[in-house]
Amino acid sequence: MSMPSADNATQVNKLARGLIYIVLILFAIYYLLPLYVMIVNSVKPLSEIREGNMLALPREFTLDPWYTAWSTAQIGVQATGLKPYFINSILMAVPAVAISTLLGALNGFVLTKWRFRGDNLVFGLMLLACFIPFQIALIPAARILGMLGLAGTTRGLVLVHVAYGLGFTTLFFRNYYAAFPTELVKAAQIDGASFFQIFRRILLPSSAPIIVVTVIWQFTNIWNDFLFGASFGDFKSQPMTVALNNLVSSSSGVKEYNVHFAGAILAALPTLFVYIVSGRYFVRGLMAGAVKG
Amino acid sequence: MSFLQIRNLEKTFGNVKVLKGIDLEVEEGGFLVLVGPSGCGKSTLLNSIAGLEAITGGSISIGGKAIDGLHPSQRDIAMVFQSYALYPNMTVAGNIGFGMEIRGVAKPERDKAIATVAEMLQIGHLLDRKPSQLSGGQRQRVAIGRALVRKPQVFLFDEPLSNLDAKLRVDMRTEIKRLHHRMGTTIVYVTHDQIEAMTLATKIAVLKDGVLQQSGTPAEIYNNPANLFVADFMGSPAMNLIPVTIKRNGSGVSISTPREEQDPLVLGVPNAPAGLSAHDGKEVIFGIRPEALTDRDGADRNAANVAESECLIEVVEPAGSDTFAVTRLGRKHVTARLRADANVAAGKKTKLAFNLDKAVFFDPASGLRIV
Ligand SMILES: Nc1ncnc2c1ncn2[C@@H]1O[C@H](COP(=O)(O)OP(=O)(O)OP(=O)(O)O)[C@@H](O)[C@H]1O
Ligand SMILES: [Mg+2]
Repeated sequence: MSMPSADNATQVNKLARGLIYIVLILFAIYYLLPLYVMIVNSVKPLSEIREGNMLALPREFTLDPWYTAWSTAQIGVQATGLKPYFINSILMAVPAVAISTLLGALNGFVLTKWRFRGDNLVFGLMLLACFIPFQIALIPAARILGMLGLAGTTRGLVLVHVAYGLGFTTLFFRNYYAAFPTELVKAAQIDGASFFQIFRRILLPSSAPIIVVTVIWQFTNIWNDFLFGASFGDFKSQPMTVALNNLVSSSSGVKEYNVHFAGAILAALPTLFVYIVSGRYFVRGLMAGAVKG
Repeated sequence: MSFLQIRNLEKTFGNVKVLKGIDLEVEEGGFLVLVGPSGCGKSTLLNSIAGLEAITGGSISIGGKAIDGLHPSQRDIAMVFQSYALYPNMTVAGNIGFGMEIRGVAKPERDKAIATVAEMLQIGHLLDRKPSQLSGGQRQRVAIGRALVRKPQVFLFDEPLSNLDAKLRVDMRTEIKRLHHRMGTTIVYVTHDQIEAMTLATKIAVLKDGVLQQSGTPAEIYNNPANLFVADFMGSPAMNLIPVTIKRNGSGVSISTPREEQDPLVLGVPNAPAGLSAHDGKEVIFGIRPEALTDRDGADRNAANVAESECLIEVVEPAGSDTFAVTRLGRKHVTARLRADANVAAGKKTKLAFNLDKAVFFDPASGLRIV
């Protein structure tokens, strides 16, 4: 008579599975709650928020807070909305990510396949850059930007972010290329390919996973950076993060929470977008080194 | 004048000397096989010829022209790597044509060359595939194709067959031999495989710790090893190397070695090399290959000097075509190669015939052959 006990076992199994799902769903809700609050309150009129129930769905749906946050909110002295700062952030982040990723790839290529005397020391020093806190670099960076005449410009911010990100991007690419077969490079040399031809034709096409990892990492860090933006940007080049802070902490008038929520979501959208588009490669890229060996 | 000439080649990595003055040459159309234990510098030597490693001393010339300092692509060589080293992001055709593409050869001409090579290697139907979609043997063919299409003066192969299974290895070995016959191009080939070395080579070079031990035709290396290392390294099963004591008696020389549970083995060596008498009363190493140590009926009838002795057989290993019998001489296991149907049994005594025509002697101190 084993049938009933087998039935029992499957039932216990189902119960356990159900419990696990309930716990997981609770965690997921808990985790998504802040996003929910932000979204829900960004489409309510301010009066509804004032009534005190942040968790309630909007009774009256409105996109006005989004419009205000984007183009008419008072930021600093002018009522420009977040739009110009969003553009500043794009103009800063896109070149900084592209340049630091490309340079990191080149560094990784040289450090693994065109080794030279003292290459490990160079790598060690670059690695050290990953551990230097932002704050330590502020004053020297300000001096150098001043000397280069880049203080307060978007180009200056790009330079700072490239310099700061290079340690990370080099680390990523070096470790990835260390597992890349050297014989391929030798074969290409015999085929007559030059340094850049080998880089472009042989290494880069096989680098998609690590490029995705690096781009996500760099984009998130640079987009979300506040300190460099606040320190080295002026009112023409300040990034989104600084503008958001100014929007939220502006002392004049009433606190427009719905506008603040909309602004915060706007500020987070690009990184969200990057994750959604390339997130599955992110995991794959992180794993690639482990599997290839 | 030989075609590929290597003169006093030296290579150091940091402060480690990896190649210590290699002198080696190959005639045009020759097939040089480099053998030696792992880490002895075979790949380094090959990479030096290819120009992938900068050498620290000596010189290399191909066809009378010094190639030191030339870029790998200008040395007129082509290389096939152990891991095949196919570009993973390119098709088979792309792999074979990459070198021509870099040199700016026009597309129609490239396609023609690719087609010719593909036909020669029977990989025409694979041209549009990526390397990841090929079997090991097919990848190897593509790698060879990429080398062939360059029409180089010298082919360099670094253990090209070691990643293939046994059957495929034999097929590809035959194929490489056929290609060599057909093209007549000079080849330098690294392998760990004894049989590959013996069957392919017109010349074998044995390396150990970056020093060239001996170079010569396969027969020379096999029959006349210059030292203990070469004797031990070449041949499978390995040559029996037995410590024996030399006794001069009159004009002749005899060797003796103790045996457990038996009288010492004493053999007169009428054809002893002249140098052996200088070792009177001392120990030398007596080398005899398993096939020169047989049952009486299997002994070579043309051999001039055959000595016989009763030996206690410890192990019998039938191997199909032959039977290997292991006895013990001078505390060493000694393998004899008998006919498949030889009448031997473990634990019994059997008369073994020593073909002394094939015997060699070595000085145990220097390891050098006594001549
Ligand atoms: N880039 C390098 N830096 C330092 N030492 C090296 C380098 N390349 C090779 N060596 C050393 O040189 C020696 C010879 O290496 P090589 O690869 O030529 O050996 P090999 O005979 O081809 O061995 P295997 O049969 O295992 O392929 C080894 O001891 C190795 O550790
Ligand atoms: Mg090797």
